[in-house]
Amino acid sequence: MPPASEPVLSLQQVAKSYSGAQRQQVLRGLDLQLAPGEYVAVIGESGVGKSTLLNLLAGLDQPDAGEVRIGGRLLAELSDDEATLLRRKEVGFVFQAFHVLPHLTVLQNVRLPLALNGLPDTAALPMLAAVGLADKADRKPRELSGGELQRVSIARALVHRPALLLADEPTGNLDPHTAATILELLRSQLRATGAAGILVTHSMVAASSADRILRLTADGLMPVTP
Amino acid sequence: MKPAATPPWRLLTHLAWLGLRAQPLRSLACMLAILIGVALGYAIHLINDSAVNEFSHATSSLSGEADLTIKGNLPDTLYPAIARDPVVAATSPALEVQAHLPSRNEPLQLIGLDALRAAKVVPRLLGQPAAGPADGTQGLALLEPDAIFLSPAALSWLKLAPGQSLTVQVGLQDVRFTVAGSLPAAGAGQRLAVMDIAAAQWRLGRLGELSRIDVKLKPGSNLADFRQRWLPRLPAGSRIDTPAATGERSANVSRAYRVNLAVLGLVALFTGSFLVFSTQVLSLLRRRSQLALLRVLGLRRRELMAVMLLEALALGSAGSALGIAAGLAIADAALKLLGADLGGGFFNGVTPSLHVSPWALVGFFLLGLGATLTGSLLPAWEAAAAKPARALKSGDEEAAFARARSPWPGLALIALAGLLLPLGPVRELPIPGYAAIACLLVGALWLMPWLTARLLAATPKRWREGPIAGLALTQLKEAPGYAGIGLAGILASFSLMVAMAIMVASFRDSVTEWLGQVLPADMYLRPASSGDTVYLSPAEQALIRSTPGVRQVVFQRLQGVILDPARPGVLLQARELSAADAAERLPLVGPATAVAPGMTPIWISEAVADLYAVQPGNRLQLPVRGKSLAVQVAGIWRDYATQHGSIVMTLDDYRRLTGDQQVNNAALWLAGDAAGVQAALRSRLSHGERLEFAMPGDIRKMSLQIFDRSFAVTYLLEAVAVLVGLLGIGVSFGGQALARLREFGMLRHIGYRQRDIDRLLAVEGALLAGIGVLAGLAVGWLISRILIDVVNPQSFHWTMRHSLPLGMLLLVSLALVGLAALTAVLAGRRALRVGAVRAVKEDW
Repeated sequence: MPPASEPVLSLQQVAKSYSGAQRQQVLRGLDLQLAPGEYVAVIGESGVGKSTLLNLLAGLDQPDAGEVRIGGRLLAELSDDEATLLRRKEVGFVFQAFHVLPHLTVLQNVRLPLALNGLPDTAALPMLAAVGLADKADRKPRELSGGELQRVSIARALVHRPALLLADEPTGNLDPHTAATILELLRSQLRATGAAGILVTHSMVAASSADRILRLTADGLMPVTP
Repeated sequence: MKPAATPPWRLLTHLAWLGLRAQPLRSLACMLAILIGVALGYAIHLINDSAVNEFSHATSSLSGEADLTIKGNLPDTLYPAIARDPVVAATSPALEVQAHLPSRNEPLQLIGLDALRAAKVVPRLLGQPAAGPADGTQGLALLEPDAIFLSPAALSWLKLAPGQSLTVQVGLQDVRFTVAGSLPAAGAGQRLAVMDIAAAQWRLGRLGELSRIDVKLKPGSNLADFRQRWLPRLPAGSRIDTPAATGERSANVSRAYRVNLAVLGLVALFTGSFLVFSTQVLSLLRRRSQLALLRVLGLRRRELMAVMLLEALALGSAGSALGIAAGLAIADAALKLLGADLGGGFFNGVTPSLHVSPWALVGFFLLGLGATLTGSLLPAWEAAAAKPARALKSGDEEAAFARARSPWPGLALIALAGLLLPLGPVRELPIPGYAAIACLLVGALWLMPWLTARLLAATPKRWREGPIAGLALTQLKEAPGYAGIGLAGILASFSLMVAMAIMVASFRDSVTEWLGQVLPADMYLRPASSGDTVYLSPAEQALIRSTPGVRQVVFQRLQGVILDPARPGVLLQARELSAADAAERLPLVGPATAVAPGMTPIWISEAVADLYAVQPGNRLQLPVRGKSLAVQVAGIWRDYATQHGSIVMTLDDYRRLTGDQQVNNAALWLAGDAAGVQAALRSRLSHGERLEFAMPGDIRKMSLQIFDRSFAVTYLLEAVAVLVGLLGIGVSFGGQALARLREFGMLRHIGYRQRDIDRLLAVEGALLAGIGVLAGLAVGWLISRILIDVVNPQSFHWTMRHSLPLGMLLLVSLALVGLAALTAVLAGRRALRVGAVRAVKEDW
């Protein structure tokens, strides 16, 4: 985890375009500083580049211009392996489609980041308890509901105490009631673990659970006043 | 409005086409596997069928218009008696020999005929004199004592033209003939020589001998009645055949060999069918939610099944049709370039033209189609039976294998294999043995997911906790169905390879050991390598025995005998040995038995014991040179040289009972150096330069070379089957990697490096292959036991000891594990080319 004074995540004039029949500028002039424990929601219309932004933040894609730093480390300077190791340790992911391994039990899924980071697996069960799934530790994903699967996903994303959690439409596949529960859980767990979080969503309701809201537009990230 | 009751065929066909087009590589691999299987099976069938057809045709054509042919060691006094029979319309006596031609390895079939008689019964064998003086004397050439007529194939083989001379070796001496013309009516590819019968008896030293009499009966005569009347009056070992029976028997000589080769040729089709099964299962898994959606949209179960089967029908039809075309091309090229012999030695010298039967063509097409449909049936049924609501849900794929988790069908098949084994052959073919192998293999394949899950569940928990090996182990344990697909491909091809490797190694080791036992002398000699016109006379035998440097000589006389007119002949080997030392000199199987006082002992080969149901102690009548000898079986010996059986008796007994003093070869124990003895023998005997010498080491080497050559086609077919199996493993890993793409994408997101995923897949591939290889070794060993102890004795009537080519098996096992790990990694990398970001998207 970076020193308290240093931002967990920093974006400076980040731009990204995709080549095709016509070169398409997706992101332009993005600036963002994320302090430890801070929780920011990024909203925007479909196709505005929210997922592209998340991929840049995770080091899964490289910007055409500008800098992305996680814990002060410039992602552009890292090899794929180094970026992966940084992601392994400092980043947690929550997907819209949950993406839990179907053949592992709930507990085994949550243990995966611990094993990857060479950490003892003692943290897995308390983490499952924290998301309210301690009694389903030995179940297989197919036996769980969508809301429960997303809880597993959150537990997996935070179990190894990353500095940053990236959530891509985590409530997109859930009903409103379950979505509200998941957003509350996400927020409480970010607080409990001290991780900073970025929630990418097109739902204003979901975004309102964050500390601050930014709108992704063609001209950059604009603050939204609730 | 009521929904349509009949399937919307246009829609179903369109959906099947879309399915095929969506995965072109999968479709291509399936088609290729069926193509190879059908092509190999059909090519082997065509080559063998063409050879047998040519062989049978050539054999039966010698009988011309005869209704019956009497064959055996016949005295020429028999001929007038038969000719006088009131039901006989015409007869043609003949002397038939396999003449040895100096400097040729293969003999020439030579028939002595009475031209005047032959014209009425076998006119096709009448020689046509070459153009000569137009004074009407040309026909007399047929009766000239040195005139010989050659078929076009023989003229071309020997590069001779009318007027040139042809030398035949009789004993060690030369007998010269003049090519007086040709036999234009002889079959294409039939090497044949015809001359006057009296001249043949005289010049070949066979005075008073006939080997066949072709008989044409008067219209309305009863063939069975004629046979019944004459058979008891013929010399022992004679038979009366119809031309059709002659052709059939000549085909039967090679039947077991051909059937075994055909089965081996179809192994590639079996592994091909398995490849279709694996790819269809993976395709089903990949499209599970799409197929479920079609069900939700209103497609009925049988319509969904029809879509899957239509895909298989298209693949099978295309693969089979192309396979038939490829089989025709391979067979045609092989017949032109290599001849008809595929290694068994049955069709040496036969150069047939392609014989295409429409039934076989349609049969092999249907076989290919059937293999494809069989491979697709289970996956299609599973796709149709799946509950749409559940199948729509991601992560439900393993439910598709739920029905395959029960071990009982697999155990039942293995039990059935056990029940089939004690059954005897069907029409002298090891059908129950082959069926047992098929049951064992399919049963083992069925059991693999179940066994794998139990094996992996037994691994210590801590092994399943690491992020790489632990995850790989857990993946295999929890998804045994997926694992089973990969395993099935490995098991199917590897177990068959192991079985063949063990069988061939056992056979080779047994032959090597046997050669050591049957070649005890320092040197061997014979007057020529082929033909039944060569021998050593008593004077020549005495000269050999008294040659300086020769310490001991054992002469041997070879003679064909007929024990059962319905079966191919048995080789009688009369050797200089005593009853007392037979146990040492012959590779006996089981103990030697003392014969009753006054009885002549014989030692029979395993084939004679098996085919004629004869055991030590049994007495039988042995027909030799027209006489019936009372003999008693003193033991059974192992003889890998003759498939249809051989009998050993002492040369003293043979000479006493037959009066025949000639011999065919000799084993020499030397007191001096071999080269010196050879030179002495060559100079002491008239035409001694003709003698062929061989050292036991050379014979061993040559025999093993022949052995390896005869198994070359076996190895080739096996290699193709294994390659198809490996293709299946590649397709299976590729399909699994695609099906698990989102999983890999997620792993990349949470911090797995590409090389971590490589390692994960390598461990999975190696583990899978490791289990498959271990199971393959076990199943392969069991199959090899069936091949060695059931199929071989029932096909070829000889037994062998068991050998394990451990080094080779270990090497291939390691190579397969390494190859599987590499394939898994490459398949994963290929799948992940879309990138981790795209891989986690729900729909792409």
